[in-house]
Formats: sequence, structure tokens, C-alpha cells
Amino acid sequence: MSVSVRLPTILRTHAGGLTEVSAEGGTIGEVVDDVVRQFPGTSSHLKAPDGGLHRFVNVYLDDEDVRYLKGLDTPVDAGAKISIVPAVAGGSG
Amino acid sequence: MPAFDSVLDLIGNTPLVDVSALSPKASVRILAKLEGQNPGGSVKDRAAKAMIEEAEKEGRLEPGSIVLESSSGNTGIALAMICRVRGYQLTVVLPENVSPERRQMLEVWGARIIPSPGSEGSNGALRAARALAEEHPDWYFPYQYANPANPKAHYEGTGPEIWRDCPEVTHFVAGLGTAGTLMGVGRFLKERNPGIQLWAVEPPSGETVDGLRNLDDGFVPPVFTDNQGDQLLDRKMIVRSRESIEWTRRLTDVGIFAGLSAGSAVAAAVKGAAHLDEAVIVALIADGGWKYLSTGAWTADLDEVADRAGNLIYF
Repeated sequence: MSVSVRLPTILRTHAGGLTEVSAEGGTIGEVVDDVVRQFPGTSSHLKAPDGGLHRFVNVYLDDEDVRYLKGLDTPVDAGAKISIVPAVAGGSG
Repeated sequence: MPAFDSVLDLIGNTPLVDVSALSPKASVRILAKLEGQNPGGSVKDRAAKAMIEEAEKEGRLEPGSIVLESSSGNTGIALAMICRVRGYQLTVVLPENVSPERRQMLEVWGARIIPSPGSEGSNGALRAARALAEEHPDWYFPYQYANPANPKAHYEGTGPEIWRDCPEVTHFVAGLGTAGTLMGVGRFLKERNPGIQLWAVEPPSGETVDGLRNLDDGFVPPVFTDNQGDQLLDRKMIVRSRESIEWTRRLTDVGIFAGLSAGSAVAAAVKGAAHLDEAVIVALIADGGWKYLSTGAWTADLDEVADRAGNLIYF
């Protein structure tokens, strides 16, 4: 099923300048793999060597961080909004 | 009540107030912990005081010492007040896109401000502060993102206060910045009752920070990793600026004039409440609304304010 994936600025150069791409998959892991299949340049930015998510990448499903859902196994419904966001220093830092 | 020796003794012991009038369900109570009542105006008074006192204990500070920190506002303001009282000089690296009141408050306390590019957000301010700290090894750089005194202030203060005032708490929700509040309060509450849920709220800053050149410039605060934050947290969600402002406005219905991150925390509590049967949610109100008046958050057109807030660091 098709979902929309919002890309952060630093990944856009590896995705033909697109801000948002469509990807297929029933889980977050499958969706991320489909993004990598379409845009191989994003691979090292999204995936850790162990196959998990890069530690400085947060993936949100409808604004919920998937690390606290079921991680890459989190199921996604058609039409879900996924965003990939780099981890940055924030807050009243 | 006896007289206090110093304004710094007024830090902590903030009130918890029932704001269940904002809850979508009668069976879900929502309580607000009013950190804007701290003398420096925000929750950051706690960590700032703890970090300075820790450094004093270690003999790293003497009258006239220079203290350096990167801050988007509240920590800088808290440190500036404390440094003023204790006789140190504070230098703050401050992103250019914080609300003007934050800069003015730093000026009130006599801090020296070094601006960093707004497009780089707090990340850029931190990078600049680190470079300065390396250049000036005699300056004291508390580095709030990694300083154990930061979460400790909440483990010993904020957490026990919540437990004392509301032992029936089931959820704690607060903004995630340095992670000090969430790690300290979360650890303390979960030791008392492992069933308590810990929810983190983030602004969409990772989406707006364009200055990030490379993912390896990304940053997870050592305070978060040192406390096994990914195991301690139960939920982490983005609250968008429009929603934060809406709930900052709604807070005035119960008499609370708070900063925008408080609106985010309450928005998350309300959203969560809709999916809970019975719960007692404590939301952290990090600061008062004073420093955000210039944003028009309460009075201007909601869409306009939300648009502007997208380019502003307000956590």
C-alpha cells in the first residue's frame, strides 16, 4: 500500500530534490526499504550497519516516533503520513 | 513562612494545579506543574542552580569566573540570574531566532550574548559554544546536554515534588530538549511506580533546521543516552506549532499564562487522554507566557502566529 514519506533537507539531494516521496510497504521497515530502493543514495543516511535505523534519524508515523511504537515492525495503514527527521539539539538548550 | 536567605532558595517547590477542565474525559485528570513560578521564570532554574553548585563544590568557580553555555533562552536566563547573584560572568551563545524577550532577559541579568545563525538552531549554538570552550579552557562550560547535575536536579526536586503532591499520577508529559526533566522525573517516578508512563513532546525542529549539513552532525543529548532514554520513555511525539499555540491559548481558560512549549505538553496530554479510560496526567508547564508576548501568540491570527512560530525556537 502506498504512503507518503516526508524527507529532511539533507536527504533531498539524494532523492532528486523531492520533499515528499511515495513509498510502498506494510510496515515502517518495508517503507524505509522502498525509499532506499528508489533512491539508493539515501541508504547510508537511513540505515545503520546492523540494519536498524541510523541513530541520528527519527522516523515518525503520524507524528509518533516509531522507536516507541514497534520500531521498524510498526504497521502502517494506507494513506499514513511518515516523516523522516534528523535528530538535532533542541529545547531550551 | 520564615524569610528566605536568597532568591535562589525559591527555586523549586512549584505548585501543581488541576486543569482537568481541559480534559476531554471526566475520568482522565490533567494536572499542570507550574515551573514558570521559579524566580528566573522557568524550569531551567533547577538545572542551572544544580550545575553551578556542583561546579562550586568541585572548586571550579571563584568570584569573577566566566561561565559559558549554549542556550535558546531559558537555561541562559536561569544561569544569568544565578551568576549575577553569585558573582560570575555569563557568556551565552544564543541562536538569532529566539523571541526578543529572551535576549532582553539575558541583558537584564548582564549576560554577554554571542549570536549564532538561526538556521542552525540549537545545534549551531551548541557547536559554537563547544569551539569557544576549547579555546578558553579556563571558562566553565556546564554543557547542560551532558551534565549529570541537570537530570539530578529533577530526580531530587521535580520528581519527588510530583510524587509528594500527586502519588496517584499515571502519566508524566514534558518537552524533550536536553532530556534533563524527562530523565530525572521519569527515573524517580518509575522507581516509585514502574507503571507510570513517560511521554516526551518535541517541536518539529528537526524539520526546520536546514543548517544540518550531514546526518553525522545530528545530536542525541548524552543526558538522554546516559539514562537509557530510549528504554525509559514510553512515547515520543511531535506537536506542531499551530496545535501548541491553540493549547497555549486554551490554558488561559484555566488562568494559566504559559509559554508555547507548555501548550505542546498540554496538547499531548489532551490527545493522549482521548485514548485512556482512567488516568492522572501531569504536564510540565516549563515557563510563563511573558517571553512570548511579542509573538502575538494569544491575540494575533492563529495561522499567522503558527507560521511565524515555525521559524522560532520556543522550547
